[in-house]
Amino acid sequence: MKIIILGAGQVGGTLAEHLATEGNDITVVDTDGPRLKELQNRLDIRTVLGKASFPNVLRQAGGDDADMLVAVTNSDEVNMIACQVAHSLFKTPTKISRIRAQDYTQYKEMFGNTGIPVDVFISPEQLVTNYIKRLLEFPGALQVLDFANAKAKLVGVKAYYGGPLVGQELRYLREHLRSGVDTRVAAIYRKGQAIMPQANTVIEADDEVFFIAAKKDIRTVMAELRRSEAPYKRVIIAGGGNIGARLAQVLEPFYSVKLIDHNLKRCMRLSEKVKSKTIILNGSVTDKELLLEANIENTDVFCALTNDDEVNVMSSMLAKQLGARKVMTLINKAEYVDLVQGEGIDIAISPSLTTIGSLLTHVRRGDVANVHSLRRGAAEAIEAIAHGDKTTSKVVGRRLDEIALPEGTTIGAIVRDEQVKIAHGDVVIESDDHVILFVLDKKRIPDVERLFQVELGFF
Amino acid sequence: MHPAIIFRILGILLMVFSIALIPPIVVSLIYQDSALNAFLSALGITFATGAVFWFPVRHRRQELRTRDGFVVTALFWMVLALSGSLPLMLAESPGLSFTDAFFESLSGWTTTGATVITGLDDLPHSILFYRQLLQWLGGMGIIVLAVAILPMLGIGGMQLYRTETPGPMKDNKLTPRITETAKTLWYIYLALTIACAIGFYLAGMNLFDAICHAFSTVAIGGFSTHDASIGYFDSGPIESVAIFFMIISAFNFALHFYTWRFRSIKHYFADAEVRTLLGVLFIAGIVTFVTLVTSNSYEPNEALRFGIFELVSIATTTGFAAADFSLWPVFLPFLLFFLAFMGGCAGSTGGGLKVIRVLLIYKQGGREMKRLIHPNAIIPIRIGGRPIDDRVVEAVWGFFSVYLILYLIMTILLLATGLDFVTAFSAVGACINNLGPGLGDVSAHYGEINDFAKWVLSFAMLLGRLEIFTLLVLFTPAFWRQ
Repeated sequence: MKIIILGAGQVGGTLAEHLATEGNDITVVDTDGPRLKELQNRLDIRTVLGKASFPNVLRQAGGDDADMLVAVTNSDEVNMIACQVAHSLFKTPTKISRIRAQDYTQYKEMFGNTGIPVDVFISPEQLVTNYIKRLLEFPGALQVLDFANAKAKLVGVKAYYGGPLVGQELRYLREHLRSGVDTRVAAIYRKGQAIMPQANTVIEADDEVFFIAAKKDIRTVMAELRRSEAPYKRVIIAGGGNIGARLAQVLEPFYSVKLIDHNLKRCMRLSEKVKSKTIILNGSVTDKELLLEANIENTDVFCALTNDDEVNVMSSMLAKQLGARKVMTLINKAEYVDLVQGEGIDIAISPSLTTIGSLLTHVRRGDVANVHSLRRGAAEAIEAIAHGDKTTSKVVGRRLDEIALPEGTTIGAIVRDEQVKIAHGDVVIESDDHVILFVLDKKRIPDVERLFQVELGFF
Repeated sequence: MHPAIIFRILGILLMVFSIALIPPIVVSLIYQDSALNAFLSALGITFATGAVFWFPVRHRRQELRTRDGFVVTALFWMVLALSGSLPLMLAESPGLSFTDAFFESLSGWTTTGATVITGLDDLPHSILFYRQLLQWLGGMGIIVLAVAILPMLGIGGMQLYRTETPGPMKDNKLTPRITETAKTLWYIYLALTIACAIGFYLAGMNLFDAICHAFSTVAIGGFSTHDASIGYFDSGPIESVAIFFMIISAFNFALHFYTWRFRSIKHYFADAEVRTLLGVLFIAGIVTFVTLVTSNSYEPNEALRFGIFELVSIATTTGFAAADFSLWPVFLPFLLFFLAFMGGCAGSTGGGLKVIRVLLIYKQGGREMKRLIHPNAIIPIRIGGRPIDDRVVEAVWGFFSVYLILYLIMTILLLATGLDFVTAFSAVGACINNLGPGLGDVSAHYGEINDFAKWVLSFAMLLGRLEIFTLLVLFTPAFWRQ
C-alpha cells in the first residue's frame, strides 16, 4: 500500500516503523529536517521536508497515487486541511486524521464527504484514557483489549504461584471452570519468548498469558491464574493534562479520585470541570510530602500521566515505595517500556502502541474491525469479519479445525450477533462472524489477510 | 562490526554474480572460440568461493549497520575484481598476468575503460563480450543491482546503497522503498542500453559490436572491441549515436525517471546540473573547434566531428577514441582532460568529481566574495533555486580536499616508479576519474607501465568509483575500534 504519513512525531514515527517493515511504501512529511533524517537512516522510507497541508508538498510526497493519508501532525487544523487537500486534489481513498480537540470531534456532522473529508479520526488521548479505564476494571491485568464492541476481551496477565491453574496443563482449564464460563488461551510468553499454547502446555509462574473470554467471564478466568485481587477503589492521577483530566472525569463516578498537577491555573480550571467528589491537589508529583498528604499508602492505583517520561517513572517509583498498591506509568519512548515494566512499575503504557492498533485497522486488507498491536508490535490481535460462503471463502462454512491457519496464529473466539463463542475445534464459522485471531509473528499477517479475502469468480 | 553477517552477504552476492559469467559462455558457444573452459572454471571457482563464505554463517540473521555496509561494499568490489580477473588469466588468449588481469577487470567494473590489452581485434569474442559486460554491470552499480534483486537485504540494502551512489546527496530516493528505487534505476539503465544498441545497429555496426558498445557507452565505460576504439568504424552516424547516449547517461538518472513518470522532458532543462554540464560542453566545444581549425589540424567539418566526439567522450569520462586527442595542438589535450575532473552528474554512470560538486565549490567561492562586500549578509547556497544545507557544502569541501591529497600522493608514487610527469599525472587522473585514456605513455593503453604503478592505479580506480570515502573510511583506526 502507498501511504503518506504527515507528522514525524511519536505516533507518526512509530506508525512509519510498523508499516515500513511490513512492506508498504511509506512517505513521511514533516517540517523537522533532522528528525526526518534520523527516521530515514533507520527505516526504508522516503521523507519529504515541508508543511504537511501544502498541495505541492503532498504532491511531492506522492499524493497522486497514494492509497492512504494519515495526518498525525501536532495541529488539528493542519491535519484537517491536509485531508481536504488530499480529497480535493488527489482523490485519496482513505484519509485518517488525528483530531485532539473535543470541540471539533463532538460535531460529527462536520465530517464526511459533505464536510471535512476525514474518513476516520483518531484521538490518542481518548484511546489511552479508555485503555487505562479498562485496566482499572480488572485488577491484575497487564493488558485488556476490546473486541466486537467490548463483548469479548483479550486479557494479558502474569501467572503467579497460588493460581489454581499454575503448574497445570492447559487442558485442565476447562475442567476447572464452572459451567457457563469458557475461555481460550491465545498465547503464552515465557521469558519474552512466545509459546504456541497446546492442550498439554504447562503454565508456569511468571508466564505472561493472553486469553480471550466474554466480558462477564474475565474475572473468573483471571482467578485461575493468580490469586484474585480486591477491586480498585482509590486512584491518584499524577498530571492534569489532556489524558489526566479526561481520565479523572471518566473515573469519577466509580472510584475515589485524586489528581495532582503542578500548574495552579490548570488546577483551578480542572476543579471547576470535575464534580466535587474529585480532589485536585496542586504541587509537584514527585513531592514526597504531597503524596503522603494524598494518602498514598492506602491508594490502590497511582497513574503517572504527565508528558515527561522521566517524571512519570520517578514519581511512580516513589509512589510504589511509599506504599501504592499498583502503579501505572505513561511512557512515550518505546525503548523505555521494556526497561521499566516489572522493575518497580507494574504497567507501562505506551501511547503510540495504543494508538497504532486503531490505525492498523484501516491498513489491513479485508474486512477488519479491530487491530491491537501487542508486544511492542511483534504480535497482533485481529478481529476480522468473515464474508462469503463455502465456495468463495477459505473460512466460512468450515469447522475451526479444518481451517488452514498460518503458523503461529490462533483463533481465540467468534462473535456472532450478541453471542461470544470461544473457539473450539467443532465451531463452524458463518458469514458475518467476527473472528478474533492472535498472530504471534507479524510476518504471518499477509497470510491471515488472504485467509479472510473473498475470492471472486466462483459465482 | 558483524563478520558473520558480512560474510553471509558477501557469499550470497558472489554466488549470484557468478551468473554474470553465463552470457560470455553462451557467446563462446555461439562463436566456438577458445575461452569456453576459462569461463566455466571461473564460474565454478566464483560460485564455490561464494558458497564457502556463505555456508558456515548461512543461519546468521542480523540487521546490517552503517559500518558493515562500508565493509561489504568495499570488499565486494575487491572480491569481484579478483573473480572478474579469472577468465582473463585462464584463457589462452589474452592470458594475462595476475596484475594485468586484475587491472583490466577492475577497470571494467569501475567503468574506467583503461586497458592493458593490445590486439583486441584478435581476441576471442567471448572475452571481448565479457569485458563489455563487466563495464555494463559496474556502470549502474553492482550494489544497486544487488539491492534490486535481493530482497533479503532489507533495510541493510539502504546502508549498502548509500555507500555506492555517486554524488553528495545520498539519501534521495525515487520511490519510498529502496528495492523499488534500485529496480527503477536498473529498468531505466536497461532501456537506455537497448535503445543505444538499436541506434548503433541502425548506424551500421554488426549486432555483436552494437551490443558490446551499447554496454560500454551507457555505462560511460569506454572499453571497445577494437584497438582503434570507435575510430575503427570511421562513421559519422555511429559517433553521433555514441555522443547522444554518452550525454544522456551523464545526466542524473532521477531525471530519466521523471521523464518516464510524467511523460515530459522539460525538467532536463530546469535542472541546474544538466544546464551546467551542457553549458560547459557547449563553450568547450566552440573553443575546441576554433583551436583545431586555426591550428590547421583538421578540415572544418572533420574538426567539428572529431572535436565534438572527443570532447564529449573525455568530458563525460567515457574514454572512447575516434582520434588521438593527446596529439592535438597546444592546450587542447589538457583542456579536455581537465573537463573529465568534472565528469557526469550525481546519480549518473559518469565518473569524476560530479557536476554538482564542482557547482557547489564554485558557488561557495562566489559566496566568500559576496561576504567580503557584505560582511553581515546571510547567503545561502542555492542549486536550482533551492537552498542547500551547509552540511552538504562542507562534505563537498572535505571530499575535494581528500581527493586532491590522494591525487598528489599517487602521482608522486607513480613518479617514483620512473614514469614521466605527464604520464604519471594523467594516469592517476584518468583512473581516479574513471576516464580511461590518459596523456603521454598511457594515451592508448596501459600495457607498458610497471606492475607497481598498475596496483596504485587500480586503487585509484576503486577510490574514484566508490567516491573515496567509502573506501578510505576502512583505513581509519576509528572505524575498527570497537
